[in-house]
Amino acid sequence: MDATIKIIMTLEIQFLWYEDCPSHEEGLRLLQDVLAELDVEADIQRVKVETEEQAQRLQFPGSPTIRVNGEDIDPDGAASLPSALTCRAYRREDGRISPLPSRDQVRTTIQRAI
Amino acid sequence: MAKLEIGDRAIGFELPNVRNGSVSLDDYSDQEAVVVLFTCNHCPYVQAWEDRLVQIANDYSDRGVEFAAINANDAEKYPADSPDAMRQRAEEKKYPFPYLYDESQEVARAYGAERTPEVFLFDTAGNLRYHGAPDDNYEASQMETPYLRDALDAVLAGEDVPLAQTSPVGCTIKWK
Repeated sequence: MDATIKIIMTLEIQFLWYEDCPSHEEGLRLLQDVLAELDVEADIQRVKVETEEQAQRLQFPGSPTIRVNGEDIDPDGAASLPSALTCRAYRREDGRISPLPSRDQVRTTIQRAI
Repeated sequence: MAKLEIGDRAIGFELPNVRNGSVSLDDYSDQEAVVVLFTCNHCPYVQAWEDRLVQIANDYSDRGVEFAAINANDAEKYPADSPDAMRQRAEEKKYPFPYLYDESQEVARAYGAERTPEVFLFDTAGNLRYHGAPDDNYEASQMETPYLRDALDAVLAGEDVPLAQTSPVGCTIKWK
């Protein structure tokens, strides 16, 4: 009999988004794809940021923002941005700016947390 | 909010250029085409498209096409879009066009602009011939249809624009 032991570790993931920024749906798909690729179960808490006060309180540097067990997937980038109701700028590995993190950025943060 | 429709006349403006003086739409009266580009500094969509837009401006400059880039964002709430920051960006990226500050946001409202980047292309008669996104993907490597280049080629050839209207994709303009 082939016995497989699967270690189940549940991550706490926050997905913070702002409706007027069009990248959030693609961002959520990216996150879900990486979780499936890594075979990781996670509770994704979706937080819709709707006011500037909420953005300040949540230290929301733009949409989408992904936090894994409280850690931003790009902590240096998050620290360099003011809290604001807008789209988030991610610097990719090749230096380009994009409205979404790279798959590697998401994967690396999740792998570090498991 | 008013919205320009394809075929409508361009709405005049005079705005401060963050590098020098002010710029009026009338300054473009002898051009074959004018691209009014609503843009800003902070938006990642703008930054993803920026080099392509600069390249288009450079590629078409000797064919009588000029750009006017306009930032209407509330600079108090978004300091990265302040006039000083605009000036730095224009120099850093070697913008081949004026970068104008619409502090009152009246020009953006008059045009019905909603996002950055958002393109309005006018022909030599001042009629709107294309409105929308620069092309079909903010990722340059995945771009398939160069909407603005196609529209410019059509306008310069005196032909109909193949796709005159697309949905702008980007950050919302940050209204006061």
